[in-house]
Amino acid sequence: MRFTTNSSLSWLVLLLPLGSAAVITLFTRRWKNLSSFISIAAVLGSFACSGLIFARIDISAPEYTWIDIRGVFNVPIAFALDDLSRLMLLVVSGVGSLIHIYSLGYMRNDAGKSRYFAALSLFMFAMLGIVLANNFVMMFIFWELVGFTSYVLIGHWFERDSASEAAKKAFLTTRVGDFGFMIGILMVWMASGSVVFDDIVAHLSKITSNPSYLTVAAVLIFCGAVGKSAQFPLHVWLPDAMEGPTPVSALIHAATMVAAGVYLLVRVAFLIQASQTALLIIAWIGTITALLGALLATQQSDIKRILAYSTISQLGYMVMAVGLASNEAAMFHLFTHAFFKALLFLAAGSVIVSLHHEQNIWQMGGLASTLKITFGTFAVGALALIGCPPFSGFFSKDAILALAYQRNMPIFVIGLTTAFLTAFYVSRQVIVVFLGKPRSDIARRSHESPLVMVVPLLILAFFALTAGLQVVAQNFLVVPHEKEASLIVPALAIIALVVGSGIAFLVYRNREHDPLDVDLLRKLFYIDEFYAWLIDRTQGLLARVASFIDRWIIDGGAVHGASSGTFGFGSLLRLFQVGNVQAYVFLFGLGIVAVIYFTIFR
Amino acid sequence: MIALGHYLIVSGILFTIGFAGVMVRRNIIIILMALELMLNAANLSLVAFSRFHVDPGGALNYNAHVFVFFIITVAAAEVAVGLAIVVALFRLRQTTHVEDIMSLKF
Amino acid sequence: MMSPFLFWMFASMMLVFGVAVVINRNPVASALSLVVSFLALAALFVSLDAYFIGIIQVLVYAGAIMVLFLFIIMLLDLRVEKLRKINWIASAGGLAVALALTIQISSVVGRLGIAKKTFPPLTRSTSDDVHQIGLLLFGNYNLPFQIIGVVILVATIGAMMLSRRETR
Repeated sequence: MRFTTNSSLSWLVLLLPLGSAAVITLFTRRWKNLSSFISIAAVLGSFACSGLIFARIDISAPEYTWIDIRGVFNVPIAFALDDLSRLMLLVVSGVGSLIHIYSLGYMRNDAGKSRYFAALSLFMFAMLGIVLANNFVMMFIFWELVGFTSYVLIGHWFERDSASEAAKKAFLTTRVGDFGFMIGILMVWMASGSVVFDDIVAHLSKITSNPSYLTVAAVLIFCGAVGKSAQFPLHVWLPDAMEGPTPVSALIHAATMVAAGVYLLVRVAFLIQASQTALLIIAWIGTITALLGALLATQQSDIKRILAYSTISQLGYMVMAVGLASNEAAMFHLFTHAFFKALLFLAAGSVIVSLHHEQNIWQMGGLASTLKITFGTFAVGALALIGCPPFSGFFSKDAILALAYQRNMPIFVIGLTTAFLTAFYVSRQVIVVFLGKPRSDIARRSHESPLVMVVPLLILAFFALTAGLQVVAQNFLVVPHEKEASLIVPALAIIALVVGSGIAFLVYRNREHDPLDVDLLRKLFYIDEFYAWLIDRTQGLLARVASFIDRWIIDGGAVHGASSGTFGFGSLLRLFQVGNVQAYVFLFGLGIVAVIYFTIFR
Repeated sequence: MIALGHYLIVSGILFTIGFAGVMVRRNIIIILMALELMLNAANLSLVAFSRFHVDPGGALNYNAHVFVFFIITVAAAEVAVGLAIVVALFRLRQTTHVEDIMSLKF
Repeated sequence: MMSPFLFWMFASMMLVFGVAVVINRNPVASALSLVVSFLALAALFVSLDAYFIGIIQVLVYAGAIMVLFLFIIMLLDLRVEKLRKINWIASAGGLAVALALTIQISSVVGRLGIAKKTFPPLTRSTSDDVHQIGLLLFGNYNLPFQIIGVVILVATIGAMMLSRRETR
């Protein structure tokens, strides 16, 4: 184990949050404020180390051999410190720190504050582990850990039935995806003999020699991303996950965990890009998800659910970019999305707290005058989300649309439609929540949130505004740019944006309740009902089969069979006990004759 | 001339007669008598063999005779006890017919 | 050495009366047939120069054991056996086993090499066989002899206990 002073920075990034989680769980449960400060200190420490690593102060990657079955299976605990992971480290720990500070304000009156911060620290540890992993097995371990901490955090207010159900749903749905992921890992390992990413790249020819095998493996690994990044058809957990506290929604379900799926796809891009079929599948699933999310968001009445579906839609965009074979575009959008989505969620949280945990947008209204800073930051985030120049979202979304325009026209058309819908529902949200007249008493009496919540909002708003600009972004990553400087794509995008916002403005201005009522969308395309029916059918069938086997084969056959078999055999043998001595003598004589025959005459 | 084989075959036939008697007859007393026949057949065999193995000095080897003596004695003791049992059984069941005594049947 | 005629006579007498024992329905007739069989057997013993054994056979077997049998038959007042239903299958099975045994014994003896030989002559006199047997009995086989004594004692006590009438 190379634990030189050089590599200690990388270890610190990973282990500080773990240490904080351990300390809080074991020692400081009772002192809530102390727990929160320990957690915040840990994540700020991680952020500082990430910054140092990013500035190339320490670039040696530590390695620790965990499993080593010689020649067959070798799993190191090692870090991959390339450009991709360093950028992600910065994003994850940066956004994470801001949300930790915000949580101080949001959760100030919560009874389970220590438990919350411990879980939050554990989540940071797991997420940083995913970012730093240099092999599939390590990534999978942290992947599962992220799922688990997400379960804990969504179910933070577990006394509410809906919250614990949502937590279970999240865990189980991602688990389905993880199953495919695991099989994909096994397939890759079987073909290339190693789980370490660099080794697999070196042995790539072994896998690519069999195209169908490669496609299947790539699609299975993509399954993990489908689960974690809430793509269709495993997107059903993300809206329900809004049962958790808003900072959790911001951190996990906007900025980091859902981005883990996209990060995975970019990590194994060497594998995916070798198969055109896999790329096509991924691109289409991303596109469908984007459209689905946007459609469903137009009819939601819960301020957080609108943002949840928006996340699903934007993740669809990122996956679409991966499917169109451009890692840079996907990472760029992930980068900007982390900022403006976290901003939107935190601002929504500020609204919720000011209105004493009211979340229905039709109970809000006119908050622009009472919650000025929140409104301002929310507006910045909204403009970034719909892709209005010069905000960051414009550049990243434009990059993706340009890619689609070049490579796959149908996808471009759907992407453009989705952009139109995005503008529509975001404007709807802004208009209903902030503009117009207050619709309820609580809205009238609202006031701005405390400073500890507002400052992170401002910081994030700054990044949402500037992160897209070339001058800023090129310090962090490779900014994609089109080969031909065509103006059609940005023009079309802006037109879609304006039309969408305009229509929303016309429809939703000064309304008391939603004039549009599309049941199909409101009921989320009945997907949840379909899944419930499906599971009921299959589970019922399996239960019946298992019951049959248990009752007839195991109970009847083995248990009862053994007993009555023995009984029957005993009854048979009892016929020998005749009680007639002469019969015994006869048998005795018979035995003697037989013995003599067999010893002498054979 | 009479050879050893004749004596042995005669002894074998006597043994088989006794064995058939044990298997076929139903009266306990007769069965015991047939049992005696079997024992005597064995005795005849022993004495025949003993006569066959003569010492270099021309003297008979009397070890088999001692063995036969023991067999006769043991047979006598066995008959005594067996008949006492028959008497007790007869007192109980009033029969010496073997098919009436089937208490061992499961 | 006995002449063949005498051997065959006594042998067949023994066998015929042995069959009579098994076949007779009257128990007394059965017992008496057995006595004659024993006497023939004693003659055969004598023909084999086993004088002591022959005398013992007559004295103990025919004299004591058969007398005991007849006592018991009289005691139990056994009549001629009434003919019950004959179990033909059992009888046939029994006879078959007996026949098989006979065939096996005769074939074994037939193949035995030494069975063809006649008896070697005795140069020494055999009139002191009682003396010789006595020497062996009290010398080499002293322990079995004592044990036999105990066996007879036990048999006596056992017979007495078993046939005692229960005193109420």
